[in-house]
Amino acid sequence: MALSHLATSSSRSAALLRPLSSSIYLRRPISTDTTPITVETSVPFTSHQCEAPSRSVETNPKELLTFFRDMALMRRMEIAADSLYKAKLIRGFCHLYDGQEAVAVGMEAAITKKDCIITAYRDHCTFVGRGGTLLEVFSELMGRQAGCSRGKGGSMHFYKKDSNFYGGHGIVGAQVPLGCGLAFAQKYSKDENVTFALYGDGAANQGQLFEALNISALWDLPAILVCENNHYGMGTAEWRAAKSPAYYKRGDYVPGLKVDGMDALAVKQACKFAKEHALKNGPIILEMDTYRYHGHSMSDPGSTYRTRDEISGVRQERDPIERIRKLVLSHDLATEKELKDIEKEVRKEVDDAIAQAKESPMPEPSELFTNVFVKGLGVESFGADRKEVRATLP
Amino acid sequence: MRPFSTATCDIENQQSAKSINLYSAINQALHIALETDPRTFVFGEDVSFGGVFRCTTGLADRFGKSRVFNTPLCEQGIVGFGIGLAAMGNRAIAEIQFADYIFPAFDQIVNEAAKFRYRSGNQFNCGGLTIRAPYGAVGHGGHYHSQSPEAFFCHVPGIKVVIPRSPQQAKGLLLSCIRDPNPVVFFEPKWLYRLAVEEVPEHDYMLPLSKAEVIREGSDITLVGWGAQLSIMEQACIDAEKDGISCELIDLKTLIPWDKETVEASVRKTGRLLVSHEAPVTGGFGAEISASIVERCFLRVSNFIYFVLLIEYYREPIQFFFIESQAFHCTNNLILAPIILNILASTLKTQKEENEKNKKVQTMLTCLCGDKRMHAAEWN
Ligand SMILES: Cc1ncc(C[n+]2csc(CCOP(=O)(O)OP(=O)(O)O)c2C)c(N)n1
Ligand SMILES: [Mg+2]
Repeated sequence: MALSHLATSSSRSAALLRPLSSSIYLRRPISTDTTPITVETSVPFTSHQCEAPSRSVETNPKELLTFFRDMALMRRMEIAADSLYKAKLIRGFCHLYDGQEAVAVGMEAAITKKDCIITAYRDHCTFVGRGGTLLEVFSELMGRQAGCSRGKGGSMHFYKKDSNFYGGHGIVGAQVPLGCGLAFAQKYSKDENVTFALYGDGAANQGQLFEALNISALWDLPAILVCENNHYGMGTAEWRAAKSPAYYKRGDYVPGLKVDGMDALAVKQACKFAKEHALKNGPIILEMDTYRYHGHSMSDPGSTYRTRDEISGVRQERDPIERIRKLVLSHDLATEKELKDIEKEVRKEVDDAIAQAKESPMPEPSELFTNVFVKGLGVESFGADRKEVRATLP
Repeated sequence: MRPFSTATCDIENQQSAKSINLYSAINQALHIALETDPRTFVFGEDVSFGGVFRCTTGLADRFGKSRVFNTPLCEQGIVGFGIGLAAMGNRAIAEIQFADYIFPAFDQIVNEAAKFRYRSGNQFNCGGLTIRAPYGAVGHGGHYHSQSPEAFFCHVPGIKVVIPRSPQQAKGLLLSCIRDPNPVVFFEPKWLYRLAVEEVPEHDYMLPLSKAEVIREGSDITLVGWGAQLSIMEQACIDAEKDGISCELIDLKTLIPWDKETVEASVRKTGRLLVSHEAPVTGGFGAEISASIVERCFLRVSNFIYFVLLIEYYREPIQFFFIESQAFHCTNNLILAPIILNILASTLKTQKEENEKNKKVQTMLTCLCGDKRMHAAEWN
């Protein structure tokens, strides 16, 4: 990793003094310093039918510390969800994102909330990236009223309309053509925004993906197809399911870029590039080379189809949080202790949100019958025997 | 055309039987299918690792990866591929991971599989195709992991739809489906995969398709169901018996083409019919049964036909209601059995009024269509 060292020894001594004052603050403010720093991506981008962007990414102390905090928060949130699931407070299906955090934060750093994002069921962190709160996350996971989908969606169905998050979808691959529709609407209204449609390496083999590629290219839609390649679709390794696991080349006539999805800065660079490209020339594929630490879902220990060595190897060498930690330390932007404090803070934030979410009531039983059709339809819906449970749709 | 053997029911002369659960029974059937016919193939998402419900455990080791193999994640491709494979005279056994994921393959099933024989004037068919899919509620995962889509497929001439209620049934019916000369959709009640345990003969046996079974005889009311509903209905029958209501319980097993005669004969005897399924009421297969039975023996049905089932629209958070109040747990017989009982009781209570009403309706019907009434009267 090539780093441009701007830090001086005087900033180091200043940092050493900081802990004294930090104990006074409940939450240490993240650095607001926006002095540019240039960092090289971990590996070069590999491109298909386009010229790859530069490896040199511009960032600044504020951004790096924000990345660190946001990813630490996401990581902690997913680990907490794991425990809540084991405690049977979360039921149903639950897919965790830890390991893949750099994709969510890097993407957000390059785009605005006017751009649309649509994804599959592994959606917790994408939602948080869009500005969703921990309370909404945990409430939704536990099926409470305060959840982002009012407790009706669960883990797989997070949505956030005010920041154009078109949410989590359960049928593998189905969200991608939807993304094309969003992109068409954006293009039609000439508002210079784009859609990021996320899908997995497993989903890449669904016919719908190729249909979406063709229509988005045919109509030059500002659609960015983001393949989050975590190398497994449930228990199936990519090479078992795909003749060509070079997903960035799958579009043939659609350009593509392979990105280190464990490097938030590379993701940011790629997404910035892709947005500009899409507005000018139409669709592009971004293949994010990433990794999920957890099993596919809560019933998968995640260790039968891959070795423990493989998992620990990725953790040691490519972890997205550790990468940023190293950058922050080598640039002397914070001390190790300060970073630890941030991690402690987010831990508390997560715990508080869980406690608060537990206070949120379950949805009213009548909610089972709302939102099926538009309001005002006046249709009667009924339950078990057409007598015991009966409700007129509002 | 290579002949397919016809179903035989030699479950009686069992040599040896072991107590196993439903997924092991499915597994045994698949072992036998692969063993007895070298032109049998098993494929689907993650099946060579045993599949998410362990139904295909050990098959790849035993029969090799060219006969038991993983497919990419592409349901439409899986079924289309299976149709082609079957068209060459093979037995193609495709697994769709959850019935909820069968919809990307809907077109292949409805337009390709079901119509192949007819539109080629019997030159081609995909009779060796069996599509297995776990269906039904398990108490959570309402949106994409608990649906009961059987009715969609019952609307299609040219395929069969089969649903077993227990391990013994599952093995015999699955073998019949695999060897049937028509494409079959076989829905497995996933709630019962581990839960239902029963003595299952170890040998190769088949149970007839399109043959319903009276699993409990009674005189007051006929109950019809399939799959996981049977155990719940059975509980309701036992509870009803304590209240002096004698229930006849029928397992339909094959939804299309279904055994109208068995149901009709029972309703002629009891005069009442209750159909119970997990799928939504509107457009459900229960409606088809009630319509046919009303048509066939209108004058004998002294009471309304009711459906007992899962709420019309169910979704993910239902799981939480299960925990909180258990009010809507369709698979919980503690809840459903009393509901059925309730209906039974009210049916009997209102019998007198209903009889009056029925008489009126009959008079009306006579006025409207005398012939039809005559026809119905003949049945009596
Ligand atoms: C149409 C359909 N088929 C099967 C499934 C079951 N399923 C859920 S996730 C998954 C694997 C998807 O893998 P990938 O696209 O790589 O995404 P990842 O889970 O790795 O994020 C499968 C097979 C489904 N949800 N939808
Ligand atoms: Mg994957």
